[in-house]
Amino acid sequence: MSDMNANRAFVRSDMLPEQAPPALETGVVKWLRENLFSSWINTILTLVSFALIYWVAQIIVPWAVFGIWDAGSLTECRAIRDELYGVSDGHGGGVACWAVIAERWPQIIFGFYPSDLYWRPILAFALFWVAITPVLFEGAPRQLLVVTVAFPFVAVALLWGNVGGPIAVALGFALGWAIYKFATPAIGQLAGTIATIVVPILYWILLSGYIGDGLSAILPGLEPVGSSRFGGFLLALVIGISCIVLSLPIGIMLALARQSDLFIINKSAVVFIEVFRGVPMIVWLFSASLLLGYFLPEGMDPDDLVRVIILITLFSAAYIAEVIRGGLAALPRGQYEGADSLGLDYWQSMRLIILPQALKISIPGIVSTFIGLFKDTTLVVFIGLLDPLKGLSDAIRATTEWNGIYWELFIFSGAIFFIFCFGMSQYSQYLERKLATDRR
Amino acid sequence: MATMTEPPSEVFRLSQLIYDTRYRSMTIQVVAFILIMSGLFYLGSNVAQNYERGFDFGFLGNRAGYDINQRLIEYTNDSTHGRAAIVGILNTLLVAVLGCITATIIGVLMGILRLSNNWIVAKLASAYVEGFRNVPLLLWILVIGAIMTEAMPQPRDFRGDDAEASMILGESVAFTNRGIYIPNVLFTRSLSGNEVDTETDAAIATASFADWAVILVVLVAGIVGSVIIGRRAQDIQDRTGVRPPGTFWQRLGVIVVPTAIVMLVLGATLDFPELRGFNFSGGIHLRNALIALWFALALYTGAFIAEIVRAGIMSVSKGQTEASYALGLRPSWTMNLVILPQALRVIIPPLISQFLNLTKNSSLAIAVGYMDVRATLGGITVNQTGRELEGIMLLGLFYLITSLTISGAMNIYNSSVKLKER
Repeated sequence: MSDMNANRAFVRSDMLPEQAPPALETGVVKWLRENLFSSWINTILTLVSFALIYWVAQIIVPWAVFGIWDAGSLTECRAIRDELYGVSDGHGGGVACWAVIAERWPQIIFGFYPSDLYWRPILAFALFWVAITPVLFEGAPRQLLVVTVAFPFVAVALLWGNVGGPIAVALGFALGWAIYKFATPAIGQLAGTIATIVVPILYWILLSGYIGDGLSAILPGLEPVGSSRFGGFLLALVIGISCIVLSLPIGIMLALARQSDLFIINKSAVVFIEVFRGVPMIVWLFSASLLLGYFLPEGMDPDDLVRVIILITLFSAAYIAEVIRGGLAALPRGQYEGADSLGLDYWQSMRLIILPQALKISIPGIVSTFIGLFKDTTLVVFIGLLDPLKGLSDAIRATTEWNGIYWELFIFSGAIFFIFCFGMSQYSQYLERKLATDRR
Repeated sequence: MATMTEPPSEVFRLSQLIYDTRYRSMTIQVVAFILIMSGLFYLGSNVAQNYERGFDFGFLGNRAGYDINQRLIEYTNDSTHGRAAIVGILNTLLVAVLGCITATIIGVLMGILRLSNNWIVAKLASAYVEGFRNVPLLLWILVIGAIMTEAMPQPRDFRGDDAEASMILGESVAFTNRGIYIPNVLFTRSLSGNEVDTETDAAIATASFADWAVILVVLVAGIVGSVIIGRRAQDIQDRTGVRPPGTFWQRLGVIVVPTAIVMLVLGATLDFPELRGFNFSGGIHLRNALIALWFALALYTGAFIAEIVRAGIMSVSKGQTEASYALGLRPSWTMNLVILPQALRVIIPPLISQFLNLTKNSSLAIAVGYMDVRATLGGITVNQTGRELEGIMLLGLFYLITSLTISGAMNIYNSSVKLKER
């Protein structure tokens, strides 16, 4: 019976060659059909989107592309434009005058920092990247941590040109470390810990000022630059970076305090956090510039930049405390109990078990707090510092050459902010993926 | 008899304060309390020494002497500083409410569009979200303010037969560089009485607080009635399985009809803005400061809300949708009964904290000169009276109370929708 089939003429004995898939189901056409025109409502949305993009592009692209890069003033810009493209704005409302960026970009970046000293902030910025490399990326050589520790002092010395002060302050840390290392075995754990905290503080209050002045007089100095000359992105970065660095440890302490069982400590942390979070940044900045003087003893009058850094640090510490508290609360109870049952004391269990996990969970929140902080540095303009968005663009607009120029300055500063903030958020996503060890 | 041993005598040693866990927490708290109190005392004594004028809130009753161009309640420069502060508070709340509503609409729309399977739409929504989230709010306020003042036509461009600019929406809305003019609702039979035009003997339309209060009361009553009808219909449906027919129309009608009747009785008319002389008059004038602040806040916060909405929708696992389809629920029921209740639990808490952020960010009004509470109480009043400490303290207190109220309400909501774990 089986060979009957073999003799039938209509049974195929060999395989057909594969056919190409239908044209509608391959390549670009398939992609277009699935992603742009899958239903009539999607088709409408697609067409509307393209119309929108075209409408925006036909205004902005010619304006930006035909922009004038080489002119000394806005009037000159307009004269060149009329000469090139005809008087009656041939390109839909004129062209950009990028010349203002070409001429004034150092001012937007550095503010009124002396131009022959630009190398100092640039060097500090380069060192900053070297300093944070070992913190950000695990693969970096550990020796770089030396730079990380020294960076805050070097940066202050470079930016303000004050060599003695940072060295004197750093001596305080060295003093604390020395006491912890050598005196503690002699006088006992408790007295040693207290001395480690109290002695450096006394040293900073009483002595470091004189030592700093003395060192500045002896050491070959850099030319001092006052805080009032800081401006633009230099100012934003100085405020942003110092507040980020200072607010993280304070925020962790506040979060631990708020999680604590100790009534007084807990309630003080709650009051501090809620008060700082409940009031907008601008009100804090006004407090810094108008009120801080009343709270400090007479004769102690920190300059505006220092006031701002103090207030923004406390402000963002309160936000970070809440983010980290979320992380602490999200940890399963067993982690705390496990740490206790191992016989670890409070600080050991926090340092070795709880915080590493809690901080890992809180990374996205911490980074978005930092992004918010960096964006908020622009608000210092309202107490008279020269931020890149409003302070400096107003200053540039106040000159006769560039009176009436808006968009070019906004686009330039906005683009730089975007790069920094977008970079930070991308890094946090990278970190989240890298640290997601429990998802594998 | 077992020999009784004396329990070791409890001799208190000073070192127990630190090494005995029973006493240690006490010690730490006492030390912390002393440190905090002495810190506060130090600050307080500095203030007492430096602020010689002493605390006095009497300035709130003095004549303010400055004008506020944007106000919701009666105010002249003869009013008190206290009233100026209230005008400012109302302005802050106005822009906050407008901003929250607009931001929610934009945010929900963009959050959904970002999840669209249409590539170009999803990309545009992503561009919006990333663009607005990664640039300071101040920039958007300045940009929208500059668009309003620099790119909009002047009122005189609307003049003449071949005017360069024209009003839109049937000659009812005018975009000018002095702000946007929109129609206003006025009443010809206002509750507080109308003046009468001497020539035509017709009542001049006006609007008073009483008119709007009556309309608001009727509207709220209508909404309450609508909720009651809805509850009743649900109850009947639960018992019998059949929803009473026409429930939707009843619910709509009980809101719309009484309100419409009241409006008719009061003789509601639209007052259109008109070009008179060099400027528009009539209608409502939305000043540039308000527009810039409102839309910048809405667009900026909308970007954050979009992310919250997206995360909320994505947090509901696909199995929920599939299970609901397997039960035979329609897509619209699946959305309403299965997906949204679960997504909202994730969305609402961060959404409310965004509203809180928006309210606090409205203090950026200073960038465009909108007269919010920071500008009146914390700005001009402080400058004129020299009462920095009191003024800024009251200002901070206002914001603090607002935030604590909102976050308190949020906590109550959170505990009511929390997953019931057993």
